[in-house]
Amino acid sequence: MDIMEKFLLRNIENPNSADINEYVKAGGYKNLSKALARDPKDILEELKKSGLRGRGGAGFPTAMKWSFAKADPKFPKYLLCNADEGEPGTFKDRPILEKNPHLLIEGMAISGYILGAEYGYIYLRGEYPAANDILNAAIKQAYEANYLGDNVNGKGVKFHLAVHQGAGAYICGEETALIESIEGKKGQPRNKPPFPVNVGAWNMPTIVNNVETLSNLPLIIEIGAEAYANIGSKECPGPKLFCISGHVNKPGVYELPMGTSLKDIIYIHAGGMRNGSKLKAVIPGGISTPVLPADSIDCAMDFVAMPKAGSMLGSGAVIVMDDSVCMVKVAYRALKFFEHESCGKCVPCREGTDWLRKVLERIENGNGKEGDIELLTDIAGIMLGKTFCPLGDGAAGVVMGMIKHFRNEFEEHIKNSRCNFS
Amino acid sequence: MFNETVLKEIDEIKAKYPDRKSALLPSLYVAQREFGWLSHEAMECVSKALNVPEAHVRGTASFYAMYKHRPVGRNLIQLCTNVSCMILGAEKLVDFLGTRYGVQPNGTSQDSRFSLVIMECIGACGTAPAMLVNTDFYDNLSEKRIEEILEKYK
Ligand SMILES: Cc1cc2nc3c(=O)[nH]c(=O)nc-3n(C[C@H](O)[C@H](O)[C@H](O)COP(=O)(O)O)c2cc1C
Ligand code: SF4
Ligand code: FES
Repeated sequence: MDIMEKFLLRNIENPNSADINEYVKAGGYKNLSKALARDPKDILEELKKSGLRGRGGAGFPTAMKWSFAKADPKFPKYLLCNADEGEPGTFKDRPILEKNPHLLIEGMAISGYILGAEYGYIYLRGEYPAANDILNAAIKQAYEANYLGDNVNGKGVKFHLAVHQGAGAYICGEETALIESIEGKKGQPRNKPPFPVNVGAWNMPTIVNNVETLSNLPLIIEIGAEAYANIGSKECPGPKLFCISGHVNKPGVYELPMGTSLKDIIYIHAGGMRNGSKLKAVIPGGISTPVLPADSIDCAMDFVAMPKAGSMLGSGAVIVMDDSVCMVKVAYRALKFFEHESCGKCVPCREGTDWLRKVLERIENGNGKEGDIELLTDIAGIMLGKTFCPLGDGAAGVVMGMIKHFRNEFEEHIKNSRCNFS
Repeated sequence: MFNETVLKEIDEIKAKYPDRKSALLPSLYVAQREFGWLSHEAMECVSKALNVPEAHVRGTASFYAMYKHRPVGRNLIQLCTNVSCMILGAEKLVDFLGTRYGVQPNGTSQDSRFSLVIMECIGACGTAPAMLVNTDFYDNLSEKRIEEILEKYK
């Protein structure tokens, strides 16, 4: 087992960890000073070497996205931090937002400097009112200490930061919907291209990155690209926050090297199954990622290995289920979520999620008909690859995964006209 | 119309963005706080304060789940029933709120003490089940714990 020093969650046991004095005492903001003394182009080059990939779900190489935005001559540019954290099962950004806000602020100030972006916004989900207060207090302190403002650290660099509170719409986590939302509109995804790096918020080049992604910047400055690239998986290195929920002894957020095995996460870090119960299935990366049965958890949790294992890393939200859980019910609850959160912009998702939910509901309630499993597969098949944004695909993938691994449970529900679990 | 203090608050919000329309979501929160919910009048005030068409204000507000589109009880319970909470008994807690306090999902108890909204994950899955009461956060819920917590909310 590879225990590494904590960075993203450094110092969070300290009850005053959100206070700027504690953060500075633990070495905070010195990486910002280090960065400001360097040429932004050099740091971007270093970021590229570090191999950092976005932690919001898709795993896109961060330096590549930034190069596009930097190459665009339009000005001003905007840096948006995605703190929407809406993927069910996910609570990994929350400890950064509530306990280590200055790490994110420092990461954003460094990022703004590299990108030539003078304005940053943190798009914070409405369901985190405590984080809103904490972030606003931390931003105020950072302004007072001159880590934010018109003349950061007296170096003639400008970076302003504000929090924008969302209002309870999962789709606003999708980057173009997030931009629509910050502009004061309904959160419906935009057509791509043009990509936000060229035409984003207020039609200007805009970089959207996850909280955890931006919080890695101070570490890369601190230890350098080479040392960073040696943490965790070769193809997508660095520390990773995993959040584990469900039937384990020690649920919570764990900072581990990227690529830690799912099995170790459950049995070593999260202390194994609660009350010695039997593992049945794991949703490894948040509700939008396909389920894995108990015998398929010997896989490395990273962006490259997980697709090979039949699922995705997603947000690193591991939901662990023992054999008391009905998989049809989980699928039904998941689709209720997708139906509710579908933004309604495209037909395959709007109609498909509604239809899938209805069929799953009747199967779960003992009213399933023969042919319903085929019907589910057909609907999901029609949706896959045809929805405007990944939400619809995710919904279809969830149903496909459940049927692939737990088909017998669906069959039994239909045959017995009841759910044997309730 | 909003009073001077609120208008000043909205001006401060506007100053954070390159255009006034972007102040819409935060201003709707302010209106909701002032009026208790987003009544016709509340949205009209936002429209005037931001100089944004009322139809746009209404259309946008309707998209988001955290805006209150009808009057709610004195305390709003937002309980999560998504998968991590569901597998640890959240649905039983919904039933419990119904029998013990007479409040159903999307409804308000007869004494107007509580309204209940079912949430889609509030980021407390590791300490599930969880809920927000107004803006206060509670996790590791059980029937007993809910009773103790709700004592405070009259
Ligand atoms: C439906 C949907 C919801 C999403 N929700 C989030 C979210 O809550 N947080 C997040 O960081 N990224 C979310 N994303 C991914 C973003 O679109 C985007 O890829 C990400 O913010 C980029 O940042 P990164 O490169 O740092 O990961 C979501 C994507 C989709 C399609
Ligand atoms: S896939 Fe769903 S959420 Fe995405 S644009 Fe289409 S309707 Fe909206
Ligand atoms: S599933 Fe209930 S808080 Fe996340």
